[in-house]
Amino acid sequence: MATATAQPVMVERLSRSRSTRLPPWEKLTPLLLIAPSVILIAVFVYGFIGATVRTSLVRWNSALPDYTFVGLHNYQRLFQLDRFQADLVNTLHFTAIFLAGCIILGLGAAVLLDQRLRGTLFFQNVYMYPLALSFVVTGTVWRWILNPNSGVNVILGNLHLDFLKSGWLTDPNTALNSLGIAAVWQMSGFCMAMFLAGLRGIPEELREAARVDGANEWQLFWRITFPLLRPITLSAVIILGHISLKIFDLVYVMTFGGPGYATDMPSLYMWIATFQQFLYARGAAIAIVLLLMVAILIVPYLVWNLRGETEQ
Amino acid sequence: MSILVPAAPRARSRFTPMRAGLYLLLLAVFYLTPVFAIIVTSLKGIAELARSTVWELPKAADLSSYSTAFTALAPSFFNSVFLVVPATILSATLGSLNGYVLSKLRFRGANVVFTLLLFGMFIPYQSILIPLVQFLETINLYGGIPGLILVHVVYGIPICTLIFRNYFATVPRELLEAARIDGASVIGIYRHIMLPISIPGFVVVMIWQFTSIWNEFLFAVTIAQTPTQQPITVALQNLAGSLAPEQNIQMAGALMAALPTLLIYILLGRYFVRGLLAGSLKG
Amino acid sequence: MGNDRWTRRQFVGTAGKTAGGVVLGLSLADFLAACGTSSPGTAGTGKLEIFSWWTGPGEKDGLAEMFKIYKNKYPSVTITNSAVAGGAGSTAKAVLATRMQGGRPPDSFQVHAGQELISSWVKANKMEAITSIWNSEGWDSKIPKDLKDIVSSNGEVWSVPVNVHRGNALWYNKKLLDSKGVTAPDTPEQMTSALSSLKAKGVAFPLALASKGGNWQVQMLLENNILAAGGADFYKNVMSGKASFTDAKVVQALSWMKQWLPYANTDNSSIDWDEADNRVIAGTAVFHIMGDWAKGDFTSKNWVPNTDFGVVPSPGTKGNYMIVCDTFGLPKGAPDRDNAIGWLKVCGSQEGQAAFNPKKGSIPARTDVSPSLFDVIAQSFIAEFKTDTLVPSSAHGSATPPAFASAVNDEMGQFIQNKDVTKTASNLQKASDEFLKTS
Repeated sequence: MATATAQPVMVERLSRSRSTRLPPWEKLTPLLLIAPSVILIAVFVYGFIGATVRTSLVRWNSALPDYTFVGLHNYQRLFQLDRFQADLVNTLHFTAIFLAGCIILGLGAAVLLDQRLRGTLFFQNVYMYPLALSFVVTGTVWRWILNPNSGVNVILGNLHLDFLKSGWLTDPNTALNSLGIAAVWQMSGFCMAMFLAGLRGIPEELREAARVDGANEWQLFWRITFPLLRPITLSAVIILGHISLKIFDLVYVMTFGGPGYATDMPSLYMWIATFQQFLYARGAAIAIVLLLMVAILIVPYLVWNLRGETEQ
Repeated sequence: MSILVPAAPRARSRFTPMRAGLYLLLLAVFYLTPVFAIIVTSLKGIAELARSTVWELPKAADLSSYSTAFTALAPSFFNSVFLVVPATILSATLGSLNGYVLSKLRFRGANVVFTLLLFGMFIPYQSILIPLVQFLETINLYGGIPGLILVHVVYGIPICTLIFRNYFATVPRELLEAARIDGASVIGIYRHIMLPISIPGFVVVMIWQFTSIWNEFLFAVTIAQTPTQQPITVALQNLAGSLAPEQNIQMAGALMAALPTLLIYILLGRYFVRGLLAGSLKG
Repeated sequence: MGNDRWTRRQFVGTAGKTAGGVVLGLSLADFLAACGTSSPGTAGTGKLEIFSWWTGPGEKDGLAEMFKIYKNKYPSVTITNSAVAGGAGSTAKAVLATRMQGGRPPDSFQVHAGQELISSWVKANKMEAITSIWNSEGWDSKIPKDLKDIVSSNGEVWSVPVNVHRGNALWYNKKLLDSKGVTAPDTPEQMTSALSSLKAKGVAFPLALASKGGNWQVQMLLENNILAAGGADFYKNVMSGKASFTDAKVVQALSWMKQWLPYANTDNSSIDWDEADNRVIAGTAVFHIMGDWAKGDFTSKNWVPNTDFGVVPSPGTKGNYMIVCDTFGLPKGAPDRDNAIGWLKVCGSQEGQAAFNPKKGSIPARTDVSPSLFDVIAQSFIAEFKTDTLVPSSAHGSATPPAFASAVNDEMGQFIQNKDVTKTASNLQKASDEFLKTS
């Protein structure tokens, strides 16, 4: 549950004309103040990414570092591997159910809460507390709940709903979806918070006007409310999407990629390949592929945000 | 509009209060199931953990699993504390400086710098993990909490900067202009004007960082694996992943690991939510 | 050695100064604690850091016993037990790898006999040969030559074996087996029919199987079966890349596994070997093919050997002993080299092995330790160890480099699901081409 749930979207528009003019002897001060951070990020983010790219292009696949250049060989080999192919499919599958689950649940909860009944604040807190938890805690508890020998199957048995029983985390067909349940449980509160804020931001006059014009509640929702929530939905998709691509802690704790490759993910495989199999170059290649996948999602978002600012 | 303040009920709605209340309750059951699971497992002794009674409340509260979990996890609990406190303070400080510069002292390319900084928040950390480990090993900080502190301070810079930048943006320019006319320096303005009013910003950032760092796992499991240096997330996973897991101890351990951040959420939830929606909502 | 180096880090600029001082102070303290004073270079004083993953019950007691013996010899040495838990050693290996690459080796570290050490640290030129120690201690007459060959390469010996576990063992719930009127199988075919009659007699999943934590348990099944199908020589050839995994014998090994899989519990991915043991104890399973650490597990749960449980060699492998062996070597640049050498001598001594092995549940690598210290099953293993053909295990780092073994693990995880013998055999060969090119 990284630091990246924050939204840079609707930041305060700042323009040059609003900044304070600096006397000549102070012109450098801002740069000096920000220099340490810039240097740290330059090294620890961009420098290290470069180092990882380099590692992915050499033949370092054992405990002994070997910097012989092999070009794109590691990437070629990677895409031929059954395991990595499974990883990519799993990522798409997981992202789909994660996004769908969070948005549906989040929007539903937000709409319900927007009814402003008594006790809304209480329910709100209940829906959002999972966000304060570590994925490790979530994974530990849900691993037990979704174990076919205990947990949910027992409840289903007691309710005589045996047909709903399944192997959950131990059945390769249901493992990924089971993982998704735990992930949605943890993160849907974030979606709910965003949608609720959005809903509250819609002026009541707009809705009243529509009602006066004869719209019923469903039309109100689909024609007015939902379109107005589009920017928020977009932000949610991007933030949650990139969390989903990077998912590591939850998989590590709940299934460690199993059974077979059913829940294996690129992030987990990178870690296993590097730190357990000592295939450093392969791990680096996986990391770069992962970075590219995230970049495709995030870079347009950041650039769009940047453009929006400099237009002032 | 703030989601943290209850508002008056809507005039007309699609849902009758009954139906809405029912759905709200169903959702609450879903979110509270794991809490119930923890209660129902951790308070039982081993004998009571038979499969058939797995969801029933314990006959009597047996706290033995908590004492076992406590003994096992106490050292790592303190490791986490020693990790989180310095890292939070440092990254908040850096963030506030950067936020000040980027919101009030615009220079050419400030936006580009900010965007490049922000990108660091989104990268998968796998893409820097290998060189990071090598680097830490070179400066002799691999394997323990100090190295982990450095890591979290550095990679916390983007989010802390973001939160402070948006927070300081709300400070009226006139305030700074007035101070400048009075002859204050850039740093002086920071010390005498920005800092005093930045308390709420610090609260949000520190709560956010505390939660993120306490809960973090990837860096922890890669960098601080030696048993005496493990943060609690790693220790919890090792506890659960070790031989013949006993459910009651695992659940007790999970609760222990969750307690600090949960408490902060319960007591200071509004600030936590602000960090969550950083920058987009004011209030 | 680099331990006395203190590299200054440029840390944060302005506000970070004080806090930076705190962090600096913290890391300095940590650094000092970790390194301590530099070693004076004479055995008997200074420090000794031993790195292992012996944190479980039994093994950590055994390690403590060896530390005691060492302390008696060198009372002024401070011993640091750097044991790292988790993942059957995979966590410890990751930590070790980073330290070795960074030039900060421990004085000695636990490592499986054979390829795990040779294909990595020996090849990387980070280990000192211990041939002279081996000779001066006279271990040639005490440790079987087969085992010495496993820990040697290029004419030099690289580590001293401390304990020997057996990988090709079939454990069974004796009372249950007897009550069902089935006998413990000798051959893989007999195994198949035993499993099917047990199932017919009401045991739904008579073969306990675990695959949690990386499927290495399934690789054990594979290597035992390859040994059964092709014999010791073929096994060694295929594990060194000289024979092919698409050979009919490997296909046979996989086919046997395929026949057994329907009788194995389907939730194997969520349980580890000790929980599989629990299934045997509870009677929901009857057989478990696992290393002899299972014996220690059974006895710790109050099961009596030859009354409650019994053991036979894994089907078809009688006369062979699949070695799973822990050893200690001498890294180059060990901070306290003389103390480390003292440690190696304790590891290879009769006294050391007699103290360690009964607690660990393994048998000594030395053949001159009194069998009376051990339980009945260990005694029969000790006898067989002297006469059987010793073969190195691939699943446990002796026969093959870790990269290959982990590729096999991945493939085994797939095999449990798809049960495709031909595809698996060909994938194994691809892994062999990639990782076993020259040995």
